[in-house]
Amino acid sequence: MPDTSIPAAPAGQDTDPVVSLQGVSVNYGKNWALRDVTAGFRPGAVGLLGPNGAGKSTMLKALLGFVVPDQGTMTVLGLDVAASPLEIRSRIGYMPENDAHVPGMNAVSFVAYCGQLSGLPAADAMQRAHEVLYYVGLGEARYRNLETYSTGMKQRIKLAQALVHDPDLLFLDEPTNGMDPKGRDEMLELIYDLAHNKGVNLILSSHLLPDVEFTCDYVVVMDKGRVATEGPIDALKGPGGRVYELRVKGDAHAFLGVLRAQGYDCHDTDEDVMRVFVPGDAGAQALFALATREGVQVRHLRPSVPTLEDVFARAVGER
Amino acid sequence: MPIHDQGYRRYQGDRAAAGRAWQVIAQAGVRGIISQRKFLFLLLLAWAPFIVRAVQVYLAANFQQASFLAPRADTFREFMDQQGVFVFFVTIYVGAGLIAADRRANALQLYLSKPLTRFEYVAGKMAILFLFLLLVTWAPAISLLVVQIAFAGSFTFFLAHLFLLPAITLFALVQILLAATTMLALSSMSKSSRFVGIMYAGVMFFTSALFNAVRGITRSSGLAWISPSAALEQLGDVIFRLPPRYDLPPFVAGLTVLGLIAVSVLILERRVRGVEVVT
Repeated sequence: MPDTSIPAAPAGQDTDPVVSLQGVSVNYGKNWALRDVTAGFRPGAVGLLGPNGAGKSTMLKALLGFVVPDQGTMTVLGLDVAASPLEIRSRIGYMPENDAHVPGMNAVSFVAYCGQLSGLPAADAMQRAHEVLYYVGLGEARYRNLETYSTGMKQRIKLAQALVHDPDLLFLDEPTNGMDPKGRDEMLELIYDLAHNKGVNLILSSHLLPDVEFTCDYVVVMDKGRVATEGPIDALKGPGGRVYELRVKGDAHAFLGVLRAQGYDCHDTDEDVMRVFVPGDAGAQALFALATREGVQVRHLRPSVPTLEDVFARAVGER
Repeated sequence: MPIHDQGYRRYQGDRAAAGRAWQVIAQAGVRGIISQRKFLFLLLLAWAPFIVRAVQVYLAANFQQASFLAPRADTFREFMDQQGVFVFFVTIYVGAGLIAADRRANALQLYLSKPLTRFEYVAGKMAILFLFLLLVTWAPAISLLVVQIAFAGSFTFFLAHLFLLPAITLFALVQILLAATTMLALSSMSKSSRFVGIMYAGVMFFTSALFNAVRGITRSSGLAWISPSAALEQLGDVIFRLPPRYDLPPFVAGLTVLGLIAVSVLILERRVRGVEVVT
């Protein structure tokens, strides 16, 4: 019968990685989807961030055993992916990126069916299906056929099927795809709740930085099949310094060069707005001084805090 | 407290060992099919020849004037030939969507992210088709044998034709295995059940037509291996100890059937995957 107790090991307390990759490479014909990737995903909520084609989904599929790496080794929950795929899959939940369901079923039958496929007895699977459907906000629609569901509801049902057997680790691949703003916020709250209150470890693959920043504590940034950077989000954002949104009148391109020559990290965010990371306590005055020296007018200067976007931009080398 | 806090609890109940997921797939598939009235009508129709044959057996057993209707060994062979029509329709009705529908709904990645192997997935799907094909081949043929014993009131016929029980079983198994693997392979190649059904019917009709054309031109049935149906008929005759109807060595007919099953398994191995990699 389902247990009502609070999870024994809250996420984030144990620092042994739940997923680790050692020199993993995956080749699709002439394209390397993953190149010699070595990474560790610690317990809790970890964001797998990167632009489209960075190799995020391929990494998840390799961890699920869908794709066999050309080289390297992977472990999930301490088990070797190549040696114990079934044991791993009984302990993980996977929410795929694209629309996926078993046709001809209503929601509660589908989720219970997934529970049974994961090894739950029929009665327990049905009970869990009802509970999980309420949890993801589909309680009232649980007897509707899945084919009649909206995009947002389909996202929720994918989360429900991934949760029904109470996995120790969730792989969420672009979980907010196609959702309206309200639905997206609710989905992110669910994910946050799972990771931080329910003790479920999760890996959230997304190209949406706010999603990762809201739900995760740790991030692995992928770019062109490689790990560009990884670490706790707060640490990556940097302890000191400020970020400024800056717009200047004059030779902005030359000024950008000057800023970089001074060691400031900066990148474009819009047509004429740049984000400049000023380390230490130098602050805005340093920017004004440089602008004066270079003969450019500062038209807009807004202080900000470093965001994951800055981390991401630095990691993938956007300029 | 948010409402969703009431809906998620950790689970510490029993979990079945790996290796039983195919039963879950089969049970769900069978439940889905038998809930369709159209299919129940087809199943009922498939038992109509049995009713006719049972009446024939009854008349032969109870009325001297109808003794010419008494069943012989080849009666059972003919009966199984007749059931071939229903094997065709049931295979299309049940089998066409078994994998195609999952492919259309991207369900394969869901299935294979659970603790089950590709073999288990295919076994589960095949069990659905296997069961319903048994219901239109083996079950009525064996029932006919039982009816014969019951109406005759003796085991004389049964004991004189002891080979019938294994022959019916073996032929039904070969027929079902061929139909099920071929259909599942075709089903794994498309996302449209309708297209799969048309493909299956096309393969059956085209190969039969081709064989008949070749037979007409060459005036020999030695190329019966062109048509899976003809190869199966040839094997059936051998299994039922009847003179083979074509000039095709039985081992060639057997190789044709085995080859088709092997190719189908190969296709399934390549097509049933959690992810489709296009390079």
